[in-house]
Amino acid sequence: MNDADRRRFEFLLRLADSDLVLAQRLGEWVGHGPVLEEDIALTNVGLDLLGQARLWFAYAGEVEARFADRGRTEDELAFLRDGGEFRNLLLAEQPNGSYADTMARQFLFDVWHGLVLGSLILSGDERIAEIAAKARKEATYHVERSADWVIRLGDGTEESHARMQSAIDDLWMYTGEMFEPDATDRALAGEGIGCDLAALAAPWRETVEAVLREATLAVPKTSAVQRGGRRGVHTEHLGHMLATMQWLQRAYPGAQW
Amino acid sequence: MSRNEWPLWEIFIRSQHGLAHKHVGSLHAPDAEMAVKNARDVYTRRNEGVSIWVVKSEDITATAPGDKTPLFDPAASKVYRHPTFFPMPEGVKHL
Repeated sequence: MNDADRRRFEFLLRLADSDLVLAQRLGEWVGHGPVLEEDIALTNVGLDLLGQARLWFAYAGEVEARFADRGRTEDELAFLRDGGEFRNLLLAEQPNGSYADTMARQFLFDVWHGLVLGSLILSGDERIAEIAAKARKEATYHVERSADWVIRLGDGTEESHARMQSAIDDLWMYTGEMFEPDATDRALAGEGIGCDLAALAAPWRETVEAVLREATLAVPKTSAVQRGGRRGVHTEHLGHMLATMQWLQRAYPGAQW
Repeated sequence: MSRNEWPLWEIFIRSQHGLAHKHVGSLHAPDAEMAVKNARDVYTRRNEGVSIWVVKSEDITATAPGDKTPLFDPAASKVYRHPTFFPMPEGVKHL
């Protein structure tokens, strides 16, 4: 069962890394939010995602112990892997930009995230199903909030509309890979443990388009897709982000609170 | 500098079923819907609530501090208004 365990480990890292990387991005807003209330609200979302990442990492470590000498701890997985070993979506690592950029990124991710978790609730792996059930409650609130902001800014002033439109346009090419399963995804879906990513494309598009319409925003026409997150091929932004995120564990190995 | 600030909202949280909503503080939000969302994030992070009310601060009519004497002082000497002379059954809470 070595191969199956390796695949499951890989799959769990993908889930964990997107949560972790996006949580770190949201953490960069702490103290810089446009208003106090937003600062707190956005940080809450970041902490939700970090909590989810920890659950996935903890389980990934247990699965790793089945085929390796030992399973890595949450901290080792988060702070001692290099960029090429990260499996997060490219979308998650994109810089915060303006509040419109951050909210557009959040919205495009949240809709996908909710669909993935909704489908993983039915996973044949009980542990995955349990984590997904817990995480989905949070994700449901996340998408409500981010969709709200896309609509408010899109259907707001001339400037907020223009900024939200350009945010959606710029990020659109990073959404394609969310629905492109590779061999690992297909194998896990076949085992009844993962989910059918390609099947999530239609419901994702439906929700996203409905919100963009309400926000008076245009759906980007481009079909260009940037891919590679799942293979560890990232945009230039991830390395810089990891340098900030990981420096403490790198400079003081094993440091604890 | 003129700046359009979001209006202020007063936030009331019901901590458990059966209890009344209690004022917990205030926050800024562009409208009621957002005020509820912000209240959820600002005031219920530690499991404080099961229900939220938001009220625009400007919709609250308050007593003036200057009216304190005529409004409240007369009650001070009327000890017979306090129900302290009744024995309370044990186990009755929130009365």
